[in-house]
Amino acid sequence: MNNVSDITLDALVAEVLKKKNDGWRFVTLSCTELDEESCDILYHFDKDLASSHFRLKAPKATPIPSISSVYFSAFLVENEIQDQFNLKFDGLAVDFERTLLLDEEVTTTPFCRYGVSRANQ
Amino acid sequence: MKTIVPFGPQHPVLPEPIHLNLEVENEIVTGAIPAIGYVHRGLEKLCEIRDFNQMIQVCERVCGICSAIHAQCYCQCIEEMMGVEVPDRARYLRTIWGELHRMHSHLLWLGLFADSFGFESLFMQCWKIREKVMDIMEATTGNRVVISVNIVGGVRRNLDPEQIRWVLSELKFVEEGVKSVEAALLEDYTVKRRLKGKGVLTKEDALLLGAAGPTLRGSNVAQDMRQLGYAAYGEIGFEPVVEPDGDSYSRNKVRFRETLQSIELVRRAIDKLPEGDISVKVKGRPEGEVYHRVEQPRGECVYYLRGNGSKNLERLRIRTPTFANIPPLLTMLPGSELADVPVLILSIDPCVSCTER
Amino acid sequence: MQFIKNFIAKSRAKSPWIMHFDCGSCNGCDIEVLACLTPMYDVERFGVVNVGNPKHADVLLVTGTVNPRNQKVLRNLYDQMPDPKGVIAIGSCGLSGGIFRDCYNVVGGVDKVIPVDVYVPGCPAKPEAIIDGVVKALGKFESLRRAG
Ligand code: SF4
Repeated sequence: MNNVSDITLDALVAEVLKKKNDGWRFVTLSCTELDEESCDILYHFDKDLASSHFRLKAPKATPIPSISSVYFSAFLVENEIQDQFNLKFDGLAVDFERTLLLDEEVTTTPFCRYGVSRANQ
Repeated sequence: MKTIVPFGPQHPVLPEPIHLNLEVENEIVTGAIPAIGYVHRGLEKLCEIRDFNQMIQVCERVCGICSAIHAQCYCQCIEEMMGVEVPDRARYLRTIWGELHRMHSHLLWLGLFADSFGFESLFMQCWKIREKVMDIMEATTGNRVVISVNIVGGVRRNLDPEQIRWVLSELKFVEEGVKSVEAALLEDYTVKRRLKGKGVLTKEDALLLGAAGPTLRGSNVAQDMRQLGYAAYGEIGFEPVVEPDGDSYSRNKVRFRETLQSIELVRRAIDKLPEGDISVKVKGRPEGEVYHRVEQPRGECVYYLRGNGSKNLERLRIRTPTFANIPPLLTMLPGSELADVPVLILSIDPCVSCTER
Repeated sequence: MQFIKNFIAKSRAKSPWIMHFDCGSCNGCDIEVLACLTPMYDVERFGVVNVGNPKHADVLLVTGTVNPRNQKVLRNLYDQMPDPKGVIAIGSCGLSGGIFRDCYNVVGGVDKVIPVDVYVPGCPAKPEAIIDGVVKALGKFESLRRAG
């Protein structure tokens, strides 16, 4: 993977806005669990077939600012990550509260090896 | 007065369950909220139990309609990770089977779309033509839908000269068939009245909302992942199909023209098909990260893989084209009439099973 | 009255109306079910009609695995169908969960939720096999008629 730059929580929304103004198209997010405390989130963008990525090391406990105010289409994938990793996104355009893919009855966080369940939060 | 009309999950025009809550005012849709999750299985997680070779079979079943292209993309990712050079013949064969899949997917969609605006015999006609494509796949690979030809390092099956001649002669029938429905699909008065100017997506919106595939190209954006030149596309010459208007009719026309283009691409690939091996032996384990994109019948499909040198991948992430096309759909719906909703939903070619994986 | 009853029992066996529901299938089996209804395989020649309303249906074709969300829909559709009714599970997924049985969001085969009469194996099941399955399910109605 080329063209990856690291990014911090505070700079996230501003940097993404810059991308948008430069005419980049939002592709998707990829999230991977790293260890007990943190996840690795990649933001993928595309412009005329070229790709560029942001890498964010997100602590699980702090909410992540949502970029759905910049790119509306991000709300789906952010909801998906909420479902699967039990992360929290702040300021989502539409918040499904962890029921986008999973049913209300499901209380586990499937993608977290070290996850906490929704019931005992 | 506002009313909420539930659409789905079981609906006659949709073969798959998707649910939309439509906010309706005097027959005019004013808002739409999707509710998905009826088909979610969670197969990305399987990469922790199955090894990276077994995962090919799982990736094929992300979506049965474009299974060969999913497997192709996954194999290309693993090959990139392990630095495997695939034989030329295998790259061409992958292109051929990939384009056959695109053909059958587009014909399937043209049929369902015709059904959504009430042309049942056209639906039957498209599916009849499609059966020829299915025959070609069954004869060359042994299966109709999930053809399982891709492996890491190449393909599993070869085409002999006899088969190639037969495939070319069958393709002639397919081409004639597709041309024979052109007048009904594109020129008919009723069809034009039902599709022209419905669900307009401007070029700016399409880019901003991250639309993909024919939905994007129907809005006058010439972007197709095949331009990246993976498999044999760089060598056989490829130009994306673009239509200017951004309405349902444009999207219909893009898919129709792409069907004919696929036939042409298969012919070109067969024409240039190099001799040689069809696979190489692969040693080692995948390690590192890759991000790879291919063009599926429905648009750009993104794979992100992360390996740690063991036989299981650490993370497999799949972003499928319909996932990207749902936000454009949500902005297309407000302002349309309730009776047009099935047409608009179908015009993005929703594939729910790959959206939810 | 008896005449009408006989007539209905006979039509049910001779011209069953089917409804197709997709639980968590990968589409492979779905499109094969649809292929059955279109010109090459054409089950309509046996009097089989595809309907979209569970209240009209005699036979339910289910493809795919059951997950916690769609099991309620499946149950609901089954309950809405009038008696007697037949259920056909299609594909390895519908039988046992198939390739997806280890996934976190999969409950298992269709028979975990509703009773199944006929199982059609295959991944995906061939259209010929699906037609055979429908014919098998008709045997159930036929025997009901005899007993009738
Ligand atoms: S049985 Fe196979 S083809 Fe059918 S839905 Fe399941 S995975 Fe797909």
